[in-house]
Amino acid sequence: MSIYNPKGKWTRAPHGFERMWLGIALLWCLVLTIAMPYWHFKGQQTSAGEAYTVEPIEFEKRVNRFVETNKVGDRNGIPIVQATPGGDAYLLGTRNWMWYPVLKLKKDVEYRLHISSAEYQHGFSLLPMNMNFHIVAGYDHVVTITPKQTGEFNIICNEFCGAGHQQMTGLIIVEE
Amino acid sequence: MGNLLPDKSRVCATTGLPVCNQAALFIKLNAVFAVVALLIGVSAAFLLALTRWESVALLEPSSYYKWTTAHGLNMLVFWILFMEMAILYFASTTLLNSRNFNNLLSWGQTGLMLTGFGMVNYSIFMDRASVLMTSYVPLRAEHEFYLGLILFAVGALLGCINFLGGLYIAKRDKTYQGSIPLVVFGALAAVVIAVFTILHGAVALIPTWMWSVGILDNPPDGAWYRMVWWGFGHASQQINVCAHVSVWYLLATLTVGARPLNETVCRAAFVLYILFINLASAHHLLVDPGVSAPWKMWNTSYALYLAVLASMIHGFTVPASVEVAQRKKGIGGLFGWLTKAPWKDPGFAAFFLSLLIFGFGGGITGVTLGTHQINIIAHNTLRIPGHFHMTVAGGTALAFMGLAYYVVPLIFQKEYPARALARIQPYIFAFGIVLMAVGMTLAGSLGVPRRHPDIDFTGAPIPADLGDAGPFLALVGIGGTIAATGALIFILLTVYAVFLGKSNKGRAMTSWQTPEQDRMNKNLITTHWNPESDKLRPKGTVVLTLIFLASFAVYYFANWKALVDVWPVK
Repeated sequence: MSIYNPKGKWTRAPHGFERMWLGIALLWCLVLTIAMPYWHFKGQQTSAGEAYTVEPIEFEKRVNRFVETNKVGDRNGIPIVQATPGGDAYLLGTRNWMWYPVLKLKKDVEYRLHISSAEYQHGFSLLPMNMNFHIVAGYDHVVTITPKQTGEFNIICNEFCGAGHQQMTGLIIVEE
Repeated sequence: MGNLLPDKSRVCATTGLPVCNQAALFIKLNAVFAVVALLIGVSAAFLLALTRWESVALLEPSSYYKWTTAHGLNMLVFWILFMEMAILYFASTTLLNSRNFNNLLSWGQTGLMLTGFGMVNYSIFMDRASVLMTSYVPLRAEHEFYLGLILFAVGALLGCINFLGGLYIAKRDKTYQGSIPLVVFGALAAVVIAVFTILHGAVALIPTWMWSVGILDNPPDGAWYRMVWWGFGHASQQINVCAHVSVWYLLATLTVGARPLNETVCRAAFVLYILFINLASAHHLLVDPGVSAPWKMWNTSYALYLAVLASMIHGFTVPASVEVAQRKKGIGGLFGWLTKAPWKDPGFAAFFLSLLIFGFGGGITGVTLGTHQINIIAHNTLRIPGHFHMTVAGGTALAFMGLAYYVVPLIFQKEYPARALARIQPYIFAFGIVLMAVGMTLAGSLGVPRRHPDIDFTGAPIPADLGDAGPFLALVGIGGTIAATGALIFILLTVYAVFLGKSNKGRAMTSWQTPEQDRMNKNLITTHWNPESDKLRPKGTVVLTLIFLASFAVYYFANWKALVDVWPVK
């Protein structure tokens, strides 16, 4: 009786259906456990959390250098920047709520995408694939990514980052 | 022999259990504050549901953030922790035949928690703390917001100490024989988890508070804050799990006369919670920078999923205990125990719906979303609140509502009014929560963010669109409104009962069940019988749990399939 003291000696092994369910549940837990390392080696998607500490000011400098050397166009006043195929690309969550700059990538090419924030925490959310990574100021989060479709893909922010959070967007353009 | 003095206690006319007057006072105070917090949270729920429903779009972004902050803290922290304090007073006195440990400590607990509750709400509603529940640095609230949370946590810690002191004096005075009852054991597990949870909260919030008043120049590191804060934020939800599982066992006994099949198994499952559940804080850091894949995998699996195992154990033992009790009453068939269950008793309805929603909804989605790689397609989308509204609202809050349908008549000694309405209230709330959670899960699968007032991105430098999610967000709005209405009915009935309800002092409470059901329940509670007898085998529960496992596997592998379709990433 769960509201009364158990009478006599109550420690004993489970038996019958209860024992059977315990076995099944434990097996299922093992399946769940093995699935993650399995995918780590065999699957294509993982979040390795590769990151390097960096002062926000220093990261902004890297982004600006990246924009200066690789700018290829303009979208609503925001530079479009083409990353070197197979190379590094930089993306900054700015103080005035924008993913800066617009990135131009090639399909089926792997990029090292460096993402960080100027101040607040952000949620990098790539649509419509719905791929999400957390971004913290002071950390250069390196996401190694290979675009698989061509077209224009929105980035939004899905972590609350202050008064303009709801209008924080960005863009990745993927070409053949 | 108990240590209760006759002039400072009474014997419950319904259950025959002793009630310490001082403990009863603190149960009442904490339960009343809990309902006040629930009322603020429910008001917020209406506004938020009607904001995310795109065709209503009620609040401006700044109000939306303010009310989201208020909703999160009042629901997840204040309502639930005040209720848990009430449960701790109950478990350490009535169930142990003992008195309250220390009234000064109890006043400290109640006073500090009330002060913190007031400070935080003041800060939020005076527009001084729109930082959402998590208050991720360097977002900055005014200092009283952090101090309020710290005081509230210290108050909760005093409540935990009072509970442990209660266990000590009961043992010293030999108020009971043998081991403590299962419900007290569950509450003890909750307290152990609460202590280290509160310590995490202190480590995260004290330096943040020092920064907010200018003692420190810089806020704590953002990534460090997240890891420590979630040691508080996630672990506190595990206190809820322990507490509401204990409430399930309690209500199963009160409403059907159930007893656990095997006490060792049930208690071992609580120990697994204590040992492994704190690792689950890592579920929030699965796509974070700076933490490696092996770290994420080890922690997110709670070391071989042993805390999930604990929930799966309770998911069997709780319904099995109900089934076995029903079979003992002579009810046959595979599911006769369910079809002939006391569904008109809001205590039972709330308990069993809570069990189903927590297991089938919250449990399955939680493990799936918390899988390291699958989290890439779930982090910070509406799928996350879709999950936790089925654990904390459909699970914990609903179980606590069911508890109230017994606490108010037995401890406040007041009868509920409008009993027909009370009987359907759990169904309204449960239906709304499930509808809303399904809407959130579907919208989140399309990438709709949580903590976001709309999907128009009005004023954005680059237009973005999530228009396809409209119908799912309508479900969120409709379900959320129904659930909030269900909760509001609960509040109105409970407040009326407490302040204006008919007194039942000196006699048994008016039962929610028929005299025949009462007689059979009482018979099961007072006589000795063996729940593991071969004639009572819980066949129906086995079928139910196998259906659960099949649903789990389908949802889990479907998510791996969905992950294959996104871009390769590492």
